Amino acid sequence: MIYLKLFLSFFQIGLFSIGGGYAALPLIQNQVVEKNTWLSMTEFLDLITIAEMTPGPIAINSATFVGIRIAGTMGAVISTFGYILPCFIIVLTLAFFYYKYNKLTLVQGVLAGLRPAVVSLIASAGLSIAILALLNDSSAKFNLSAINPIATGLFIIGFIIMRKLKPNPLFIIISSGILGLLFYL
Amino acid sequence: MKKDVKTYWTLFISTFYLSAFTFGGGYVIVPLMKKKFVDDLKWIEDKEMLDLIAISQSSPGAIAVNASILIGYRVAGYLGSLVSLIGTVMPPLIILSIISSFYTRLKENAVFNALLKGMQAGIVAVIADAVIKLGSSIIKEKKPSQFLLWQALLLQPTFSRLMFFILS
Repeated sequence: MIYLKLFLSFFQIGLFSIGGGYAALPLIQNQVVEKNTWLSMTEFLDLITIAEMTPGPIAINSATFVGIRIAGTMGAVISTFGYILPCFIIVLTLAFFYYKYNKLTLVQGVLAGLRPAVVSLIASAGLSIAILALLNDSSAKFNLSAINPIATGLFIIGFIIMRKLKPNPLFIIISSGILGLLFYL
Repeated sequence: MKKDVKTYWTLFISTFYLSAFTFGGGYVIVPLMKKKFVDDLKWIEDKEMLDLIAISQSSPGAIAVNASILIGYRVAGYLGSLVSLIGTVMPPLIILSIISSFYTRLKENAVFNALLKGMQAGIVAVIADAVIKLGSSIIKEKKPSQFLLWQALLLQPTFSRLMFFILS
């Protein structure tokens, strides 16, 4: 029952992705690449790239992309619905308490406790993306010859600009895409 | 609370438009939502909007989606939350549906692959920047959360694998 599987996977992603857009990354990787093998790691990387280039949250973009490839338009709608449902319920419950008691401190306390774990999960997902994007053969043992010099150069320049000038991320992604065209073709 | 067809329509169009034309994730769209619903439409007070944003950051899920649910609820009740949710979700759903149907064919194209490969290096830079931003905000906080951050990092399989590679 592929629809139910999609629904449950994205329901879990929606339920546990606390802390904004990137928090969904490790969960999507876990559900889509590792548990269900709906996408290969390379396809997952392509998906993240496409998701960053288009408007809308990464999780919704992923739900649509995975859903449509696995089970057509209906699959896309069901995955997206599965992702949204827990957010919808929880956010409205919190809103109910907010308007009734006008207190946010408890919720914010819980969030503060979760944040370190969330950051480390994002860092971990980011690292596996970096290994795939910056090394020629990601399965090989980590050694200097596996490093792709073009990708690593683009990464370092992009990272420095990102830290120093704080532009819109889209600027970094588009310009490294254009440079990629020049170097790889 | 206003509940007429015009309110629902404005809610739908505003969230649809914001979602369709905002690139760069939750932290970009939320200030634009504030501008639209607080400054332009004057539907929500400034302070209340800040609380609603705090709730949407505390809940699981994408901040933009959560914020639009809350704004819809605040302006026109449960039906309003549904209307603005649909407005927010539809643009990425449509855009990604179109892209995914071309993806398999595009994947055989050398130009597309070179573009994608270049962009991926940029993505890594953007994610690294986000991790440092989030991490440094934790390190600035009190000691226990710092400890938790290092502990959580060391428990990550990818990190331990990298450490193992470097040491061996």
